[in-house]
Amino acid sequence: MKQVPALKIDGITLSQSLAIIHYLEETRPNPSLLPQDPKKRAQVRMIADHIVSGIQPLQNLGVLKQIGERKMEWAQNYISSGFQALEQILQHTAGRYCVGDEVSMADLCLVPQVANAERFKVDMGPYPTITRINKALLELEAFKVSHPCRQPDTPAELRA
Amino acid sequence: MSAVAAKPILYSYFRSSCSWRVRIALALKGISYDLVPVNLVKDGGQQFSAEFKALNPMKQVPALKIDGITLSQSLAIIHYLEETRPNPSLLPQDPKKRAQVRMIADHIVSGIQPLQNLGVLKQIGERKMEWAQNYISSGFQALEQILQHTAGRYCVGDEIQSGHGSISHNNQNK
Repeated sequence: MKQVPALKIDGITLSQSLAIIHYLEETRPNPSLLPQDPKKRAQVRMIADHIVSGIQPLQNLGVLKQIGERKMEWAQNYISSGFQALEQILQHTAGRYCVGDEVSMADLCLVPQVANAERFKVDMGPYPTITRINKALLELEAFKVSHPCRQPDTPAELRA
Repeated sequence: MSAVAAKPILYSYFRSSCSWRVRIALALKGISYDLVPVNLVKDGGQQFSAEFKALNPMKQVPALKIDGITLSQSLAIIHYLEETRPNPSLLPQDPKKRAQVRMIADHIVSGIQPLQNLGVLKQIGERKMEWAQNYISSGFQALEQILQHTAGRYCVGDEIQSGHGSISHNNQNK
């Protein structure tokens, strides 16, 4: 598919972030990234899918290259309208994190999307719940150690 | 839980591929439901009505009202159906095969369809035919290669669902 991420694990190679994450969840279930209750699981997936299908693909590198000059406005438009819907959903689902008080697959999708929003200078003012949850997640070790500013391929000028 | 469970209600547009996915899942699992059409083109798009927005803030179809909740996002809906009405199953048992199923589904649902949905094509304007063809073709190019490794009769192996051969035969004839 000529895309990242790809994960080589247990003798297979997987792509598509949520397919990978579900595989990790099913083979290494502790700690869990999904609630037990099917309705809450559905909420987690709904939020994750909204970001992964409804926002990110519209502002990824390949698409923005095709859009050309208008790309800042294009990205801002899709991130904003996506966040507008997400902010409303989170009113019903959020506790400390996207769904209740435990970190889930939804949270894994939220933080990178907020980072993208900041890169495209999206005004986060209208999204206080997204902002609060993002801040809480960034305090967790897993979100820090995986951050773009600390990767082997992080350019020097962006390194933490 | 109420003594008499209400029938699920699916908000759908006839030609929305996302809605069609859920209609297939409901049909394969033998779940009867009421369908409320939402026309994405008429009246400037009925998905933008205040009424529909209250039901689904994402202003998109499909949305499924089931078991007292409203869900959107076709794969979130389909996973919920799978977890609450597991027979016939829409996922293999083996985690590696499940991962292949999800990889293919996600590739289509995130990598192809969003780039050619109504909203985006409206923004693209004149170039839209070429734009849609470009994203579907490159997506299918990658998918064709993946399927060389995974496909049997269907995308991953020979079952749409496990253990119910009669249903797979019916679908073969469609």
